[in-house]
Amino acid sequence: MSLLRGEPAFFDNLHEVLLPFSNEALASLAAGQLVSLSGTLYTGRDQTHRRLCALLDEGKELPVNLAGQLLYYVGPSPARPGRVIGAAGPTTSYRMDSYTPRLLELGLVATMGKGARSAEVRQAMIRHGAVYLAAIGGAGAFLSKCIKKSELVAFADAGPEALFRFEVENFPAVVINDLAGRDYYELVAAASHCEK
Amino acid sequence: MREIDSTEISKAVRDLAIAAAHDLEPDILDALLAARDRETGKLAGNILQLLLTNANIASRDRIPVCQDTGTGILFLEIGQEVHIQGDLHEALQEGVQLGYEEGYLRKSVCDPLTRINTGTNTPAVVHLEMVPGDRLIIRFLPKGCGSENMSSLVMLPPAAGIEGVVRHVIDRVLAAGSNPCPPMIVGVGLGGSFEKAALLAKKALLRPVGEKSERADVAELEERMLREINAQGQGVHGFGGITTALAVHMETFPCHIASLPVAINIQCHAHRHKEIVI
Repeated sequence: MSLLRGEPAFFDNLHEVLLPFSNEALASLAAGQLVSLSGTLYTGRDQTHRRLCALLDEGKELPVNLAGQLLYYVGPSPARPGRVIGAAGPTTSYRMDSYTPRLLELGLVATMGKGARSAEVRQAMIRHGAVYLAAIGGAGAFLSKCIKKSELVAFADAGPEALFRFEVENFPAVVINDLAGRDYYELVAAASHCEK
Repeated sequence: MREIDSTEISKAVRDLAIAAAHDLEPDILDALLAARDRETGKLAGNILQLLLTNANIASRDRIPVCQDTGTGILFLEIGQEVHIQGDLHEALQEGVQLGYEEGYLRKSVCDPLTRINTGTNTPAVVHLEMVPGDRLIIRFLPKGCGSENMSSLVMLPPAAGIEGVVRHVIDRVLAAGSNPCPPMIVGVGLGGSFEKAALLAKKALLRPVGEKSERADVAELEERMLREINAQGQGVHGFGGITTALAVHMETFPCHIASLPVAINIQCHAHRHKEIVI
């Protein structure tokens, strides 16, 4: 079997952070930093966002208080019997861009997915003091192992698109947008440009 | 005439779907390993290692490589001397449905208007081709949509020429940024008609990762596009480094004198594909 080539994944200089974020932990995050997350977070993707915003439109209460929380964009695959969850890597974040500013207004302090955010979301993050992290796309099996508990919170009929509460341990992610308004994807592009 | 029972086809498709989601093929594993060994970016190198570890966990613990277990894309080559007993299309869809159910794979197919999930991951997209002989080849390519959404098709004016094609492909790939889960495989379909170009781009992904085109001039363009994409330094997941793409595969087909269709189908690093010969 050619799979076991090389060492297991390793990271040095991992910045360990507890969820939900304390104000100090949030302020300590820097664009480009590799962090290891432990604690609780909420999940949601296209359908959950659509429904949360529909509830807000109707002036209704949301099924969860998002203030101070991290929202992870994921639609997990089904858990095998006896398992916590199936594969659970990030989905692409730009599809949530049109909804995100409204959730940041409610006090959501962090989102996590993959790929760059729109200018509007970035401005809203600066305005509300929020960060954006990238989880490792296509590492769904690895990340599945970092999820110790999964609990359905709302929108059960949306299947994998429902809103879950996860307990995670040593869940790796990269800080893309920090409180200082820096964007790691842009920093990479700028650095690459300077080398030429 | 060789008889093949449709129930055999259904079972084969089920097995392909489950295997594809969990067990990456040597071509993509070798490409990721080679990328890790030559990577200069520290974070990118770590992530490439994590992707290899992920593949290992997926196979060992039967957790899908990626939660987006995709839309099922089936390519069939049916020998002209094969007679299939029963309903072929029904058998193919049943195989996909069984595979996604029994394999604990995510059902991601929905109605385009109502967005209501079909609940079975069917219908799968089926491409049939008649070929000489008495064999049936089934290729299964589950396609996640982080990468599929970054694909495109354009009808360039012939005056755009080779430079126009190269520029367009590179621009589109770089504009995709980290959305399609780089390091990616870039499938390019050049020529034919509107729909032929798109199909060529997807079929280009079936070529073993990094295998060059048999046409020397096309192979040269593939190499040039790969070099120029990677020189931009976006890298693995947009975290920098020298591995934005693992390969560029381009398939060509003659086209109208007034036309130059260019289709780009992007594949993520979780390049899942399986095939069986019956």
